[in-house]
Amino acid sequence: MNEQPKKFKWVGTRTIRPDGVDKVTGRAMYGADLTLPGMLQGKVVRSPHAHAKIKSIDTSKAEALDGVKAVITADDMPQADPTPVAAGEAMINLRDLSDNVIARHKVLYEGQTVAAVAATTSDIADRAVALIEVEYEVLPHVIDVLAAMKDDAPVLHDDMFTGGVKPKPEVASNVANRVEFTLGDIEAGFAAADVVIEQDFTTEPVHQGYIEPHAVVADANPDGKVDIWCSSQGHFMVRTFVAGLLKIDMSKIKVTAAEIGGGFGGKTTVYLEPLAVLLSSKSGRPVRMVMSREEVFRASGPTSGAAMTIKMGATKDGKIVACDATLYMQAGAWPGSPVGPAAMTAFAPYDVDNVKVVGFDVVSNRQKVVAYRAPGAPISEYGVECVVDELASELGIDPLELRAKNAAKEGTQAAYGVKFGAIGMVETVAAAQATEHYKTPLGPNQGRGVASGFWFNIGGESCAGIRINEDGSVSLTEGSPDIGGSRASMAMMAAETLGVDYYKVKPSVVDTDATGYHFVTGGSRVTFATGMAVVKATNAAIDELRARAAKIWDVDVEGVVWEDGHAKPASSNVGDFDPMSVADLAAMANKTGGPISGHADINAKGAGPAFGTHICDVEVDPDTGHVTVLRYTAVQDVGRAIHPSYVEGQLQGGAAQGIGWALNEEYIYDENGKLENAGFLDYRVPVASDLPMIDTILIEIPNPTHPFGVRGVGEVPIIPPLAAVANAVAAATGVRFHALPMSPPAIVAKMAEKG
Amino acid sequence: MSGMRYEAPNSVDEAVKLLADANGAARILAGGTDLLVQLRAGMIDPGVVVNIKNISETHGIAADGGAFCIGATVSGAEMGEDAALSAAWPGVVEGAELIGSTQIQGRATMAGNLCNASPAADSVPALIAAGATCTVVGPDGQREVSVADIPTGPGQNSLGNGEFVLNIKLPARPANASDAYLRMIPRTEMDIAIVGAAVNLVLDGDGTCTEACVVLGAVGPKTITVADAAAALVGSKVDEAALAAVAAAASAAATPIDDKRGTVAYRTKVAGVLASRAAAIAAERARS
Repeated sequence: MNEQPKKFKWVGTRTIRPDGVDKVTGRAMYGADLTLPGMLQGKVVRSPHAHAKIKSIDTSKAEALDGVKAVITADDMPQADPTPVAAGEAMINLRDLSDNVIARHKVLYEGQTVAAVAATTSDIADRAVALIEVEYEVLPHVIDVLAAMKDDAPVLHDDMFTGGVKPKPEVASNVANRVEFTLGDIEAGFAAADVVIEQDFTTEPVHQGYIEPHAVVADANPDGKVDIWCSSQGHFMVRTFVAGLLKIDMSKIKVTAAEIGGGFGGKTTVYLEPLAVLLSSKSGRPVRMVMSREEVFRASGPTSGAAMTIKMGATKDGKIVACDATLYMQAGAWPGSPVGPAAMTAFAPYDVDNVKVVGFDVVSNRQKVVAYRAPGAPISEYGVECVVDELASELGIDPLELRAKNAAKEGTQAAYGVKFGAIGMVETVAAAQATEHYKTPLGPNQGRGVASGFWFNIGGESCAGIRINEDGSVSLTEGSPDIGGSRASMAMMAAETLGVDYYKVKPSVVDTDATGYHFVTGGSRVTFATGMAVVKATNAAIDELRARAAKIWDVDVEGVVWEDGHAKPASSNVGDFDPMSVADLAAMANKTGGPISGHADINAKGAGPAFGTHICDVEVDPDTGHVTVLRYTAVQDVGRAIHPSYVEGQLQGGAAQGIGWALNEEYIYDENGKLENAGFLDYRVPVASDLPMIDTILIEIPNPTHPFGVRGVGEVPIIPPLAAVANAVAAATGVRFHALPMSPPAIVAKMAEKG
Repeated sequence: MSGMRYEAPNSVDEAVKLLADANGAARILAGGTDLLVQLRAGMIDPGVVVNIKNISETHGIAADGGAFCIGATVSGAEMGEDAALSAAWPGVVEGAELIGSTQIQGRATMAGNLCNASPAADSVPALIAAGATCTVVGPDGQREVSVADIPTGPGQNSLGNGEFVLNIKLPARPANASDAYLRMIPRTEMDIAIVGAAVNLVLDGDGTCTEACVVLGAVGPKTITVADAAAALVGSKVDEAALAAVAAAASAAATPIDDKRGTVAYRTKVAGVLASRAAAIAAERARS
């Protein structure tokens, strides 16, 4: 970079977050915190079977119980159209979504909702749930992805024929779809390779593990208006889905975003909201529903597990010349695994001429998957980054050197279609190579692994409003639920643009009646897209402030410039006027045309793709298989860190979740397809003492599309850890593990096998 | 959950009467770290919960001529802060301190861990290896019982109607004696043992082991006292050969099951690994 970085007053500083005091004092209102007069408690009846026909549901005993005010089944839900609707980074079929909210005719996984009740107390609601009698005809089930693809596997949907293949198959199967991305000619590529490595890998489904369970309060009025308060990653998404499922005009639904206790993609769909609305509408009273942790595990989405084959070829001098991958990804009970993004991202960190990726979207009798940080990418890039390591070892080249040699850069054609603009893959590898960490010697039973990762990032619809108050303070409204400190970042960008004190700007995430449509808080888009809307709205307010000064000074608006938070004459030719501050102009607003504001409603384009490279040191206890993560460094191109603490937090959180994915997280089913570890005791996310301090290095290659250079940062950091840990374990033990998680029993078993 | 009564008696006699009158429908609240989880999960539906924390005989750690008497409501954190107890019985204290988080440590009790009778209870193997006893009070007065006789199977204990554990007693011990407890969990805390191993031993003046007890947890329906492992230690200098024999004996004695927490093969191997490591730690402590 030849250009000197521009000096900012607020951007890049570590301001105090506007929501912090409420959160640390317990005042913040999360999904379950609202209480309304006359409010009922809603509870759900769940399927005990992994696959069964619902023969009958008898709700009479529950309805007769004193204190029960409403009972619903699928008969209370309108029949949904199979219309695709955007859900996070995937599309979802409303009929499938409806079946996942409440089962009609058939249950497809243990834990699926079959009925719901609302009663005056939780205790009565629990008793009512126990009184609902459901008669099932149990069907054979299938859990594993490869087993679900066999010819004799139980078929979940008799109307599902594999898409993306020609001719259309004649028999229904569990393979929903086939995708393919190709570039160049892999056969010619492999023919030119001196070294070819081909390996199979598997990963298990993993849950997002947010601390706050799903929670909602719904209040349906007799005139058809509906108010919903809930914890979600998009209150507009909730409005879209509730309107679509219950066939209500969007204008009649107001959704207020509660504070959110984590989501990581898992709150980009609805589970309880439509049920709470139906129960409220049937009982005529507000209804609160809150999942238990067990329900979160049994009935809310993890991301896919997968089986895959990765093949890569390179020449002796370390040039990767061909890449081939086949991915089989679990979608859960309905189609919609992130196989598309998994296929598109698989080899994206590398500049390779010949690439082919084929992916399959496969249903089985388990929870419907939903987005989880960089959906699909950690899975495919795990296999690829392990093979890159094997190539490096075979070629006798340092693994970071091999990555540097083949790194994608500006102008690289990616197999998924785009030609990259300014990107920072090369810089993240170089920064990793330069760390003291990478050069530090290791002890016995210790190993070091590295891995890189790529994610697209997205833009999308966002709106913002800037209102200059009578005293010159600033109210900022937008509609992206704040999941990672975005209110602070929005206020910082507004303060920087307007030239006022950050602490004079109050940011609010407002309800669906108070702002325009926003796409979900997901895809690492909020600081980029909503940030662009905030800057555009602030610039609109600045234009209005300049116009007001022009009016006061009786000059043309072109004669007024905005600098350091003040209107100033553009030159001495305009006249000799004292600069006017925001507060000065606000005080005179009623004489110059009324309230001053700026608004922007945008569909942001040009999200900058981002890359990261991680270094992980582990020690493996050869006798117990216990893996200790000794040291970890995450390097990432973040474009521009608006609030560095929250950006570092994203890198650290992603690394922590990726380490859990690599080492211990998995779903354990019994022979009947029932989940055995529906809780944090036996579904093992890392606890604080399991992790070292995660060091972070922020590389800033500004995204030219964004006024401050922002790239999304939230998803890339969960991609490299799986392979970084796997490569470190391979280095420590001399054994390559091809399956995640690398839990202690799995490590001991594999090492015993290898002698 | 139907109507549940809560009682907090001030005396042993009142508590015994409340428990006896409930005829098995009562649960005792000491730390509550198992009780509350079981209540919330709907695993139990007691008619009455009897809090024993107001009974003075359940309080405190009393030292008497090298022996210790630990009240039934003493938490893991209190044990960890008792310097004399920690010096004499580091294995017992580390077993109790491995239960749960810092917050749980402020509540969880060894007596509760013992009576809850989980095969994976972290504090129990070291207590049994120590030869601990406990005072059981009930309608027929009080009796001294070996700690090993309290759990009878997963979730089952030998206490009769109206009985509860008032305290746990650790004997006085000679010089050059120590103990250790190790457990295997996939994480570093907040987990349940896949395997636990406690070793208590006494060395003579030149470092030869004269007494030993090796106890395994989580590899059978109850703890397993491994006589062959103790025999391998007695008469040895707790050297590599003895430790290898301890490992082999512990693995041979383990009778684990396959479940969501681990496999038979894994638990069998790790029982040996942990028993030999615990023996080495106990010996090192006894020497210093």
